[in-house]
Amino acid sequence: MNRLNQKDFDKNTDISKEKKSEKKEYDFLNDTWRRMRRHKMAIIGGTIVIILYIIVIFAGFLGPYNPYHGFKKHFFHPPTKIHFFDEDGLTRPYVYRTESFDWAEYEVIKDKKYPIKFFHKGDKYKLFGLFKTDLHLFGVDEPAHLFLLGSDNYGRDLFTRILFGGRVSMFIGFVAIFITTVIGLIVGGISGYYGGWVDNILMRFAEVIMSIPGFYLLLALAAVLPMGISSTLRFFLIISILSFRGWAGMARVIRGMVLSIRNEDYVLAAQAIGARDPRIIQKHVLPTTTTYVIVRATVSIPGYIIMESGLSFLGLGIQEPNASWGNMLTAAQNVTKITNFPWLLIPGFMIFFAVLSYNLLGDGLRDALDPKATENN
Amino acid sequence: MRTYILRRLLQAIPLLIAISILSFFIMQLSPGSYLDTMKLNPDVSEELIETMKKQYGLDKSIPEQYFHWLWQILHGNFGESFTYKVPVTHVIKTRALNTIILSIAAMIIAWGVSIPIGIYSATHKYTIGDNIFTSLAFVGLSIPNFFFALLLLFLIVKFNVPLPITGMTSIMYDYMSLSGRIIDVLKHLLVPAVVLGTASMASLTRIMRGQMIEAMRSDYIRTARAKGLKNKTVVYKHAFRNAINPMITMFGFQISALLSGAALTETVTGWPGLGKMMLTAVRSKDLYLAMAGLMIGSVLLILGNLIADILLAISDPRIRYN
Repeated sequence: MNRLNQKDFDKNTDISKEKKSEKKEYDFLNDTWRRMRRHKMAIIGGTIVIILYIIVIFAGFLGPYNPYHGFKKHFFHPPTKIHFFDEDGLTRPYVYRTESFDWAEYEVIKDKKYPIKFFHKGDKYKLFGLFKTDLHLFGVDEPAHLFLLGSDNYGRDLFTRILFGGRVSMFIGFVAIFITTVIGLIVGGISGYYGGWVDNILMRFAEVIMSIPGFYLLLALAAVLPMGISSTLRFFLIISILSFRGWAGMARVIRGMVLSIRNEDYVLAAQAIGARDPRIIQKHVLPTTTTYVIVRATVSIPGYIIMESGLSFLGLGIQEPNASWGNMLTAAQNVTKITNFPWLLIPGFMIFFAVLSYNLLGDGLRDALDPKATENN
Repeated sequence: MRTYILRRLLQAIPLLIAISILSFFIMQLSPGSYLDTMKLNPDVSEELIETMKKQYGLDKSIPEQYFHWLWQILHGNFGESFTYKVPVTHVIKTRALNTIILSIAAMIIAWGVSIPIGIYSATHKYTIGDNIFTSLAFVGLSIPNFFFALLLLFLIVKFNVPLPITGMTSIMYDYMSLSGRIIDVLKHLLVPAVVLGTASMASLTRIMRGQMIEAMRSDYIRTARAKGLKNKTVVYKHAFRNAINPMITMFGFQISALLSGAALTETVTGWPGLGKMMLTAVRSKDLYLAMAGLMIGSVLLILGNLIADILLAISDPRIRYN
């Protein structure tokens, strides 16, 4: 009856037609995207994040050298100067070779120009870890070197290592937040839904973890990791450490949300029909927390990036010779070193940019998904 | 009020016991021990290692070791540090104090800057000033504090700023007068405190701004304006007082971040605090020192949260202690 009336009404008025069509088009993703677009900074942040991921995935191709390739005679080499002009004016970019004449002091030898070659054949690497190739986007012939951002204490190309180090820093946050979220959802869901002693034990445990200052706990846990394990294993162990510390906060909030959802009519209805608990938790209770979980995940990724780089910086995270933005900064720990070789600080700027972009993205996403939370901004 | 505080303190006891079990077993998982590294030294005899094992109770089973350790703690004895060869309490007392000094200084900086800026931003919404501060807050939020510390040290050396770059005191400290000593420590404190304060500053500014905007929208502000009160009175007497309350809740949340952040800042700037001690203890497998570090860190955190709750209860009469 009601619907019939509505139909008649729609026929007669244009306005309601418009309204109806608008309603038809409502779609969660579209709507979120529409609100998201209003935040220009969030879009910029998101774009940078995506670009960073693409860059680190293609690290082998984009970097001119192998990240472990040390040029023993060219350690602490300053960024190579690229020349765009010669005697005849604008020309193909070229570099000169350099030779060391003192400890970490280099002189430019201008006997021959070494043009920068695109699709240059250099060090071998595996693209995506699958295809063996030696093709790099650019490079120069020996004996000249192309250190875009200088070289480190072993004469390794800093630019290449930053690209490879980004893999660790960019993916560790991503994987860690995924694991944290899964644990947080399971524990929070069970705890909030069942209540009673299960809830009590789980939440007391979460409280214990949250009562130890985060970084202290990470330090103690990182010291447990044995030395001399493979870099992949270490990568995953560090992720487990970060998640071990992180799940508690997530579980607590999820529990609170589940507690309030548990008595909603639709959950009671599902129970009355005879749906089993896992199904109810999975299909009815947890989906309500989706928005919160997405926002929380995005907002916490930068924290994980900082934690990882902090641990690696102290030498407890990713170990040499593998690169991560954090452990590359270890070389810059000494004040005389950073004043003499300031390019060693560049990995820190990379952490900063990655974290800043993620923060901007997370901020916009929070506004878009949960307008109520930040209507005061 | 007194019963509330007492109950909170009593509640902390099982929590601390659970923390002690957790930290003890984490340290037990750690491969190798301090004695293993000592064994590598050819000058150290087997007998010495055996005596040390006995002395430190390392020859007993793990649960026995735990209860022995717990019993000792209850008597105020945290065991002896392997590396420093003195009771852990000696090492940890000054270290914990230094971390507290650093955290308080950082907090003063963070609150002192973020509250006025938050008020300014909220009362001048979307102006150039507000936009600049909001962007700066994002920068402050995004810069890892160990990198920020490195950057500051770099700038200090590069531009010859007359500030010390490492440690807590100068070499001449012992020969200084009292006022000279205080100034010396303050000079050393500046960089780590600014570094540590920046992160909290950024988030506090954002929260203060949000709270202030919300307060400015409420009905009592409209009433106050309608009464014809001066803008200053409306902002500071009516809006500010209501906006500051949630900030006290933040005080509790900040403590965990401060203690964690302090660990990295201390390492870079050489401030001899708890975090720096934890790192050396963990690295050299100094079992008792590391566990004491974890325990004291947790105690500081729990106490800080308690203080935050008490402050909140005092400032907001709507909150009951139950």
